[in-house]
Amino acid sequence: MSFAWAKPYEPKSGFMRWLDDRLPLPRLAYGAIGGGYPVPRNLNYFWNFGVLAGIFLMIQIVTGIVLAMWFYASADGAFNSVEHIMRDVNAGWAIRYAHMNGASFFFIVTYIHIFRGLYYGSYKAPRELVWMLGLVIYLLMMATAFMGYVLPWGQMSYWGAQVITGFFSAFPLVGEPIRVWLLGGYAPDQAALTRFFSLHYLLPFVIAAVVILHIWALHIPGSGNPTGVDVKTEKDTLPFHPFYTAKDGWFAAGFLLLYAIFVYFAPNYMGHPDNYIPANPLATPAHIVPEWYFWPFYAILRAFTVDFILPAKLWGVLAMFGSILLLFFLPWLDNSPVRSGSYRPLFKRFFWILVVDVLILGWCGGAAATPFYVALSQLAAAYYFAHFLIILPLISKFERPLPLPDTISSSRAHGEKAESAPVGVQPRTTTAG
Amino acid sequence: MLRFILGLIGLGFAGVLLISFFVGVSSYVSSPPERSAEEEFHLHPRHLELASNGAFGKFDRKQVQRGFQVYKEVCSACHSLSHVAFHDLAQLGYSDAEVKAIANQWQIEVPSTNPETGEPATRKALTSDRFPSPYANEIAARAANNNALPPDLSLMTKARHDGAAYVYSLLTGYRNQQGYKNSKGEELLREFPATKTPNGLHFNPYFANLNIAMPPPLTTNGQVTYAAGNPAPTVDQMAKDVAAFLVWTAEPKLEARHATGLAVTIFLALATLLGFFAYRNIWATEKRKVRVTGALDPANQAKSARAKGQEGVAG
Amino acid sequence: MATKASAEDTDHSAGVDDVRRRDFLNVAAVSFAGVGVVAVALPLISQMNPPADVLALASTEVDISKIAAGQAIKTVWRKQPVFIRNLTPQEIQAANAVPVSSLRDPQSLAERTKPGKANWLITLGVCTHLGCVPLGTGEGENRGPFGGYFCPCHGSAYDTAARIRSGPAPKNLVVPDYEFISDTTVRIG
Repeated sequence: MSFAWAKPYEPKSGFMRWLDDRLPLPRLAYGAIGGGYPVPRNLNYFWNFGVLAGIFLMIQIVTGIVLAMWFYASADGAFNSVEHIMRDVNAGWAIRYAHMNGASFFFIVTYIHIFRGLYYGSYKAPRELVWMLGLVIYLLMMATAFMGYVLPWGQMSYWGAQVITGFFSAFPLVGEPIRVWLLGGYAPDQAALTRFFSLHYLLPFVIAAVVILHIWALHIPGSGNPTGVDVKTEKDTLPFHPFYTAKDGWFAAGFLLLYAIFVYFAPNYMGHPDNYIPANPLATPAHIVPEWYFWPFYAILRAFTVDFILPAKLWGVLAMFGSILLLFFLPWLDNSPVRSGSYRPLFKRFFWILVVDVLILGWCGGAAATPFYVALSQLAAAYYFAHFLIILPLISKFERPLPLPDTISSSRAHGEKAESAPVGVQPRTTTAG
Repeated sequence: MLRFILGLIGLGFAGVLLISFFVGVSSYVSSPPERSAEEEFHLHPRHLELASNGAFGKFDRKQVQRGFQVYKEVCSACHSLSHVAFHDLAQLGYSDAEVKAIANQWQIEVPSTNPETGEPATRKALTSDRFPSPYANEIAARAANNNALPPDLSLMTKARHDGAAYVYSLLTGYRNQQGYKNSKGEELLREFPATKTPNGLHFNPYFANLNIAMPPPLTTNGQVTYAAGNPAPTVDQMAKDVAAFLVWTAEPKLEARHATGLAVTIFLALATLLGFFAYRNIWATEKRKVRVTGALDPANQAKSARAKGQEGVAG
Repeated sequence: MATKASAEDTDHSAGVDDVRRRDFLNVAAVSFAGVGVVAVALPLISQMNPPADVLALASTEVDISKIAAGQAIKTVWRKQPVFIRNLTPQEIQAANAVPVSSLRDPQSLAERTKPGKANWLITLGVCTHLGCVPLGTGEGENRGPFGGYFCPCHGSAYDTAARIRSGPAPKNLVVPDYEFISDTTVRIG
């Protein structure tokens, strides 16, 4: 850990000293999440969402391992095995609903975490790798969630698998062989189900490993903060424990309360009724939609309706993957030296437009592909690409940011609100005493 | 260089999207898509008030038992209930003997093997069996129903949007197609002559395609005889009761879910409160440390501002 | 500065009580969380127990009308083998002749059968040593030195009342709960 004033680990008991001498795990934990990790003292609640994501990853792994004790990965038996869990297995219904809604909450929390990163410039130097590892985690999450949704072998499971693996056939020449290779057949069937089960069990542990790298990469420069100004002295930080363990703890309890309300009182709200119908390869559902967390990308996929050099289907697939891959380049697309959106009035305006744009894309993705929604998603998707690939580079070239505070603790002394002017206000020329 | 390439890619995607947009708009303007009969005439389910509705819902066991009776006497001829076992009926208040009798006297037998010859055979149901399907397989089901497949009903109220209300509305929703008008006053057969109900189907505006293969199953009041102490078995009542039964078949654990949910919610609310106060407790010194004092203390600044105002001193 | 000093003074005098209140609140919050963790662990552990449908299969009815004296059949109950044997009078006599106190697991034949149905010996077909299925039910199978059942895995020998006589098994073959619902049908479990 880079801060000189970080408290070194002192074993509290004979046993801990014995353990630490042989395997410095206690020291590692102390330096990473204990009293030995100095964290900026001005973090707001948007900084809680990383820990929440970790909590939901653990919830998914625990409930998932238990479900796997009862799940039967056979095309004939999968649907029935899930109903068996819901009806006959002790507390099976609770564990299944927890896992189903846990996936949704994992994404909610991750999206807030990502948008925090976008607003406060968490992706900027020296944290570019933290950002990119985070995107890797996000891609793994999407793969895991997709495969998990196929397992119950309902109508949406089957047809979702059909559509998503169908993307690959958009690629000329190699597309169809890749699709058949992925499925182990010409359509989703036993082979696809078993391999998706195997990979769905594996990937969360890969995610956990990448999370460790993500946190490790973060702990080299240390956490960012809402002002984007680097930590300079001891006055700028507080030890993670007990300050942020307490803050994370209470907020997590509150968020789990929200989660419990869904699990126990509206467990199927975020799902689709069609997945309670057993898969039928001969009957397509009226509206195939993926789970809500994929809706913005689904909207981008369906937005391309015209062949232009390339077939529309291929455009859709390229744009869908491109919309996530372009995020890897964000630290270079937006290379303004000012990190936090609080001090970048122009950037802030466009950030909020992006938020609304992504919400609109999500709304369109969940709706039927009628002319109105397709047209809206075309405009929204066009803005999405323009925002990251054209607007952000231009903003970082031409905007005039507000003056930054000297240090985190001085910004606290004046109050961050005084430092960050509302949109449109002229920047102050001096900073007070 | 990198940003230039990425910028070009961005222009590319945005450009193709805008081309698609304008092509879409112009084709919409030049040849607007036709409305469909489903859009104009499909009805959303009517609201159904059941004891199991809401966050504190519980099953009205008498109603669910009546619904089971309707299923048994009307629906089970064509519709399977393959996820429900006979012994599950004990949750509805039937005694062990009653459950055993229901299983034993169930008209449809369970497929089994002749223990002596090994030939396929059937046997009477045991309480440990699931409800047997009325048809041996899908082909038999379609052959007996004009090529339509009567769906399994175990999950019907979860497999349809607003499931219980949908079942109730569908069962009571059969209408005469001749002269049928929607709420806007448009007449179906005049606007969409192609939706004339084909032979073998029946008009029901609550069904997605407006014409359903199932003939109205509940046709007369008193079709099922309820025991004394129950409401009269009108078509409306029977439809409500069977909908209530199907809510139970889809979610037998509903009551346990609500009860556990209440306990968990209260626990987490208390935990959040305790946690919040512990957090404030731990941060108390830090927040005080950072509180500004002297000239920058907002209270002092307010005092200065008032004093300045009184003295008439500017800035 | 005057204001600062007074702020510090207030801190100090409230200090000791504050610490006690502080610790209690923190301890309370963490304990609450601990209770929550235990409450979550319970269903995760209990879900491994047999589910409702397996528990419902806990009874099997068997038709014993075709079993002649001296014959035995193998059937299944709770996914385990069950031996149903119709003992001959000689087998009953041989079983009763053994002094009960000399047995490793002392039980008389009367304790292992129903009154009035002493010829019907119904036991699990699971050797009480390490779980193999003993021989002796089928025609021509090795019935071991005591004329009952014999386990080929490690040589446990059971007598005509399926009681352990020699070999490593510690207990007699288990007699499950059963009852005669008629002269020709028995319900196990």
